[in-house]
Amino acid sequence: MKSGKLLTSFVWLYLIFLYLPVILLPLFAFNTGKIIAFPLKGFGFQWFYELAKIEALHTAVFTSLKIAIITSILATTLGMFASRAATRFSFPGKGPIMGLIMVPLVLPEIIVAVSLIVVLIKVLGLGLSIWTIILGHVLICVPFSIAILNGAFRSLDKSLEEASIDLGETKWSTFRLITLPLVMPGIISSLLISFVISLDEFIIAFFLTGSEPTLSVYIWGMLRFPARIPAVMALGTIMLVVSLLLLTASEYFRRRGLKRTGVQDTGGFV
Amino acid sequence: MKKIMNSEGANGLLLVSPTLLYAFLLLAVPIAAVVTFSFWTQNYLDLDTTFTLDNYRAATEEPIYRILLFRSLNISAIVTFVTVILAFPIAYYISFFVPQNKKARWIFLITVPFWTSYLLRIFLWKVILGYNGVLNSGLKGLGLIEQPLTFILYNMNAVVITLAHAWAPFAILPIYVVLEKIDRSLLVASYDLGESRIITFLRVTLPLAFPGIVAAAVIVFIPTIGDYVTPKLVGGPSGLMISNMIQLQFLKANNAPLGATLAILAMISVVLTLAILWLFGKFFGWINRNYLGILR
Repeated sequence: MKSGKLLTSFVWLYLIFLYLPVILLPLFAFNTGKIIAFPLKGFGFQWFYELAKIEALHTAVFTSLKIAIITSILATTLGMFASRAATRFSFPGKGPIMGLIMVPLVLPEIIVAVSLIVVLIKVLGLGLSIWTIILGHVLICVPFSIAILNGAFRSLDKSLEEASIDLGETKWSTFRLITLPLVMPGIISSLLISFVISLDEFIIAFFLTGSEPTLSVYIWGMLRFPARIPAVMALGTIMLVVSLLLLTASEYFRRRGLKRTGVQDTGGFV
Repeated sequence: MKKIMNSEGANGLLLVSPTLLYAFLLLAVPIAAVVTFSFWTQNYLDLDTTFTLDNYRAATEEPIYRILLFRSLNISAIVTFVTVILAFPIAYYISFFVPQNKKARWIFLITVPFWTSYLLRIFLWKVILGYNGVLNSGLKGLGLIEQPLTFILYNMNAVVITLAHAWAPFAILPIYVVLEKIDRSLLVASYDLGESRIITFLRVTLPLAFPGIVAAAVIVFIPTIGDYVTPKLVGGPSGLMISNMIQLQFLKANNAPLGATLAILAMISVVLTLAILWLFGKFFGWINRNYLGILR
């Protein structure tokens, strides 16, 4: 069929467009040349070795890891409350309430950053620290967490919990013994996605960073120095591999969760 | 019965309350504070808390702010259009041409590039589009051009290309979701009744996919207006957008009230644009129903 062929070739062109930056990243990271341009000079690991020498970078990595871990735990906890409420109960004002919680999904990050700066710094007079960044990151991660957990909670068969209550378990022990294990894959998936989002987030960190820059703020600084760029490419390559491993893990857990509850896979979140 | 309803409502509210409280304290309250700020003024290091419209006057009268605001709206609109137009065939392909058991893998394939560091992705577009960049050296190597193309970096085009790349999955996914929901028997019925593939697409598939297209457009349009990194890295002076000015006012010029005003004006103009488009859509729907009947 002719129109089908046309569509297929468009899809391939589009995939090239999508993957162009991703392919270039490792190409320049393993290139021994000092400038980011073709033709490539040769293959080598020198930029990765150079990364090991930059002290300030290691500090930034640890700052970012701290922020990302705390953010993912807080966001997933808050996401669980909201997702459980939204999938199991109908309550007054549900639409507007869930709307407010999900708004950061479409709100420009600069608005979140600016509003947090106004309240935390100008009004409350707090100093900038990693906690100001965490507060912002949790806000933008919660909607993603809810989107993932909604899938997990919705596919949960209500009768399993009812059976447990009928058999004499309390509400809490039912949650611990029945609900939690069944949605656990969703929870892990949400933790991983929040972690990746927080690790990569720039605008909020840029506005709210204090004396300890996060990894993305540090990269932003490095981008201004041409001599640093090849090392940045090496760093980006490592981050890409780590993100992909985490996402594959997240996808694995999400699917295992669906299998456990016996629902057909519909494509999922990522 | 009423009691049960009450207790269910109470349970739900209790359960959602921690998250709601968080969103209220760190989103609703801060945004209200930004609105309040926009009516105040900054006097060097002191904040003057008398109510005034000075910031709004400055923001609407001084050409630089007006230009940046309109340019941002313009860029966002073009990005939205380009992204959605390019995304639709991809979503359509995955939904209608890819076998059921491979769909999840395709969706994964589409989202993978977006887990590359956001900053580096944009920086790499600078590398691709630059004067001695990947695209120009590639085209030169192929003998397609003599001189490097210069209209693709440090201007609006570069911003549009980069943002269309950055927001691709956010447009593909909502469209894919609605396409998946379309009852395939409707299409078979249309073919059986003698309609061609094109007419079936225009009169069955497209109208049913419309909510997804609208969702995709909204999801892309609103956040792109606030993008900071892309205009800064690939936009050049003629591609700067309103968030670059907001950042300047907050972090460099120490004029938070004016920055707050610009942020609010940006959001208001986004909402207004969407409202106008929505009304236009309603109006077109009405005309169509009463006089044209193409999509009926």
